Amino acid sequence: MFDATPPLARARQDGRVSVECAGLTGMVTLRGDIAAIGEPVADATGLSIPDTLGIVEDGGRALAWMSPDELMLFCAYDEAEEIAATLTAATAEDHALVANVSDARAMFELSGEEAALRETLAKLTPADLRPDAFPPGTIRRTRLAQVSGAIWLAEDGAMRVICFRSVADYVFSLLCHAARPAAAVGHF
Amino acid sequence: MSHRLATGGRLIDRSTSVRFTFNGTYLRGHAGDTLASALLANGRTLVGRSFKYHRPRGIVASGAEEPNALLGLGKGDRFEPNQRATTTELFEDASTTSQNHWPSLDFDVGAVNTALSRFLPAGFYYKMFMHPRPLWKHVYEPFIRKSAGLGEAPAAEARDPDSYEHFHIHTDVLVIGGGVAGLAAAKSAAATGAQVLLIEQTPHWGGRAVVDGGEIDGVPAETWVNATLQTLEGMDNVRIRTRVMGSGVYDHGYALAYERIADHAPGGEAPRHRLWRIRAQKIVTATGAIERPLSFAGNDLPGVMLAAAVRDYVVNYAVAPGKRTVVVTNNDDAYRTALALHDAGLEVPAILDARAEGGGTLAEAARSRGIRILTGRGIAKVKGRKHVTGVAICAQAGEGTVLDTIPCDAVAMSGGWSPVVHLWSHAGGKLTWNAEEAFFQPDPKRAPNTHDASPVVFAAGAANGQLGLAEALSDAWSAGGAGEGAPTAAPRDEAPMRPVWVMPENAKPALRRKAWLDFQNDVKVSDVMLAAQEGYESVEHTKRYTTLGMATDQGKLSNINGLAILSQSLGEDIPAVGTTTFRPPYTPISLAAIAGEARGALFQPIRKTPLHDWHEANGAQWEPVGHWRRPYCFTRPGESKHDAVIREIDQTRSSLGLLDASTLGKILVKGPDAGRFMDMLYTNMMSSLKPGFCRYGLMCSENGFLMDDGVVARIDDQTFLVHTTTGGADSIHAHMEDWLQTEWWDWQVWTANVTEQYAQIAVVGPNSRKVLEKLGGIDVSKEALPFMRWTDGTLADIPARVFRISFSGELSYEIAVPANRGRALWDKLLEAGEEFGVTPYGTEALHVMRAEKGFIMIGDETDGTVIPQDLGLDWAISKKKEDYIGKRAQARSFMASPDRWKLVGLETLDGSVLPEGSYAIGEGRNANGQRATEGRVTSTYYSPTLKRGIAFGLVHNGPDRMGQEVAFNRIGGEPVRARIVSTMFFDPEGEKQNV
Repeated sequence: MFDATPPLARARQDGRVSVECAGLTGMVTLRGDIAAIGEPVADATGLSIPDTLGIVEDGGRALAWMSPDELMLFCAYDEAEEIAATLTAATAEDHALVANVSDARAMFELSGEEAALRETLAKLTPADLRPDAFPPGTIRRTRLAQVSGAIWLAEDGAMRVICFRSVADYVFSLLCHAARPAAAVGHF
Repeated sequence: MSHRLATGGRLIDRSTSVRFTFNGTYLRGHAGDTLASALLANGRTLVGRSFKYHRPRGIVASGAEEPNALLGLGKGDRFEPNQRATTTELFEDASTTSQNHWPSLDFDVGAVNTALSRFLPAGFYYKMFMHPRPLWKHVYEPFIRKSAGLGEAPAAEARDPDSYEHFHIHTDVLVIGGGVAGLAAAKSAAATGAQVLLIEQTPHWGGRAVVDGGEIDGVPAETWVNATLQTLEGMDNVRIRTRVMGSGVYDHGYALAYERIADHAPGGEAPRHRLWRIRAQKIVTATGAIERPLSFAGNDLPGVMLAAAVRDYVVNYAVAPGKRTVVVTNNDDAYRTALALHDAGLEVPAILDARAEGGGTLAEAARSRGIRILTGRGIAKVKGRKHVTGVAICAQAGEGTVLDTIPCDAVAMSGGWSPVVHLWSHAGGKLTWNAEEAFFQPDPKRAPNTHDASPVVFAAGAANGQLGLAEALSDAWSAGGAGEGAPTAAPRDEAPMRPVWVMPENAKPALRRKAWLDFQNDVKVSDVMLAAQEGYESVEHTKRYTTLGMATDQGKLSNINGLAILSQSLGEDIPAVGTTTFRPPYTPISLAAIAGEARGALFQPIRKTPLHDWHEANGAQWEPVGHWRRPYCFTRPGESKHDAVIREIDQTRSSLGLLDASTLGKILVKGPDAGRFMDMLYTNMMSSLKPGFCRYGLMCSENGFLMDDGVVARIDDQTFLVHTTTGGADSIHAHMEDWLQTEWWDWQVWTANVTEQYAQIAVVGPNSRKVLEKLGGIDVSKEALPFMRWTDGTLADIPARVFRISFSGELSYEIAVPANRGRALWDKLLEAGEEFGVTPYGTEALHVMRAEKGFIMIGDETDGTVIPQDLGLDWAISKKKEDYIGKRAQARSFMASPDRWKLVGLETLDGSVLPEGSYAIGEGRNANGQRATEGRVTSTYYSPTLKRGIAFGLVHNGPDRMGQEVAFNRIGGEPVRARIVSTMFFDPEGEKQNV
């Protein structure tokens, strides 16, 4: 995608917790009765359907539970349009809405000690980030300071953060501010 | 003169020397000192002047309850007023100043108020400064502001250099207070397997017990505290933290705590304060108790202190508040102070015990050391001007006849204790009166409840009215939740206290006028009695009338004494009078901590379109639109905004303009019932729209008022794309979901807000088709893409959806592309448009061009009280539809009234621009005696196309008055006359857009 540029393409801060822009990511939103569209979606994506608050990852793709009637597929940016078309066809028999929203959001990746990642996010979100309440394989749609966002601990150990692209600058600055080594709490 | 004792001092490190200044004088203390202990160690007993009478004031307490020792701390950007010396840790180069003095602390002109104090009684300001009213603003208020008030505000140009943050934590049990009760409660809760967070407001654990002594589980209290801390620190399910104050308890186990990370080490990288936002399943308040002063004449003189504070300074900091200290008390606990002073080799000339029967075991201990104890005695009056020089003794049961005078340089007073019930009370916990101890304590039967009506807050230890060590520990252990295993100690062995609200009991008025209740706000016994005499019965009213408890200490010392005086004066029982309301925060917390990270660049999120950077680099003058920043116009070097707008409009109308329309809301609506749903959302018919077509529509609220408008594109049989206003994107999506989820949950419709997926660029002007043809890939000819149609395709190698719509009256296209490719399209349009003089334009040009064409703007022509019919939009209201949201409301008589103001165009006779918000002047006056009005301006601009001012206005019977003249007011000038005309100022036939 020669001329597609995500917001803050080169933004990065290193430290106890490193914050960087995750680059172009495919995202496809699905709305429908998950019980009905689950099977066709699983077939089309090769992923199993996540439980409530769950996210399943496999081979560069992930499928996240976003609400009782909403899923989000993460995939390669280049394949999103085609997958969206496949999913639209696969769910044609059911009442469902599929849309490629790969450009609507920015994604950030936070890396570091897991406790430090949880602590960094706890400065911004009221969600319960204790390991029991927020283990890998779960996703939280929540508030990050003054804007909405979603967070999950990926299988590779990184904390992923998505927000709307219009506030990418704000969220990047927020994450960097929260991740400052001097502001470590040592709580988690 | 040093008041530092040669030995002792639990908390200080004598090997260190810390330099600080007080009113410019260099002083020294030790690491571990508070500002208060360091000042006392230097013999600085006079630390400020009182609020109203400018009386000399000294340190009274040793903790959060301190009313007097409020200092200005720091300099310049780090200056802060009203910092409590007793809770501020000493640090190197701390710069402190006393407050409320002029010209100096030692010599204060305002102290003359003391002499006049009998003429400044309760309610003085209310009585004196009410009339005549004009004097208030220019004489009374400036005078009062100058003579009253505590610390000074930081300089206007000062900027806080520190950082702050919030921290959201979930835990099973939050224990507030790190005294022995809090430690026991935490240990108990931890033993149940619960996750526990234990916080303590000071830097030290153990609370009073480590000062007052006693044994726990067979070892000295301090040993037990250290061992317990070690146990807790070693547990995975426990987190403990000092310098964190429980600030407020709210509904359902939500609490705020205030961490002072760097107050004692300013200038580093760490955040200064951190606001903990804690969600707990259970909260234990082990917040201890606060000692009450006694109300005797001169009890506010420097040198008069709370008895427990006196021994805190001796034991913790090795500081002697006085060499000769008289103890005055109504209970046994104050004898501990006499013993501590005696142990430190300091003189205690007498203990005045107001109880005729005297004390118990502790009194015996004092007597056995040879300390003189006078029972049934109290203080008639404290001697001294700026410091205690002695006390005049009287019988407690009397009017104050002086029996003897004892020279001394300090007085340690104790009127009993009050449990700190603040946090218990914040979320609605009720109190019960304990007559034996004369205090309010938490009523466990009426605890703050959580979602299932079970108690969520548990008070423990002294905070729960358990003053004895053994009793407090066992109470706290059970509050923690574990069964067996409570720490043990000897049961409390103290003789009963006796309530003493005034000393002596029948003090004469002259004594009552010198007996302070509220030190910080200068409220005396006589003031509360006067309030009662003047008819104040409610404790809340008395508080406001006398200002009792309204200062920054919120009456921590004065509350119970004040309401006891009130109830006595009213002849009521104390519980019948009740307490004032306890509200968070427990002690003041910084505004910066509340703001957290939200300052500077993070103050508020600014939403940026995919073209934001280009705009910024090319002269955009920003306009906030919701959280977005949109270019108002693009100025060139040396160009005014007005000129830029005119250039942008001229160039767009004559050739080619570009507008970043990315902020417009874009919502997908899909499903078998989508058409039906759209017909309910919009006033006009949307279900009949064919795929490939666009239609303008209006949305009303349930109450019939116009709330949004925009163009709907039908994508396929089951799918509509709704365009909303910029500000409406989120609210209209929520509006849709609201109806779908709560009213029409059985309709098969899904929505998705795809606003940010697309960059949308309006390509506008006579040359817009040519520039798109140059980019190539999509046939945008009149035949292939007529007005109000859309098409998908690839434009300049970018996947694009092209809408042939116009908000300017020009030939115009709006092109939506994936947001990440928006900038690429913009650049290509600029390049291809160069030969046409392509001109990016901003929101002001957009507004002017839409007004020239008679298009309304949500937020200008509407304000939440306007219905589509007011705006002449009847054509967009379907008569065929059975229903739409707002239809019923629009049928109500007021909505259908012919007297509603209706939209018209306005042209000033002289061509000038009407003022914004100007009113049309009517005949006569209205019911309020104001000049009658018959309309108002909703939009007004200079039109470069027509070379004159144009405006829209809502005018009474406006559409029926075409050609008539109306006068519009101008603030500070003569009214302007304008003619009522059609709203369609330019190209009414639409010849320009239909090419």
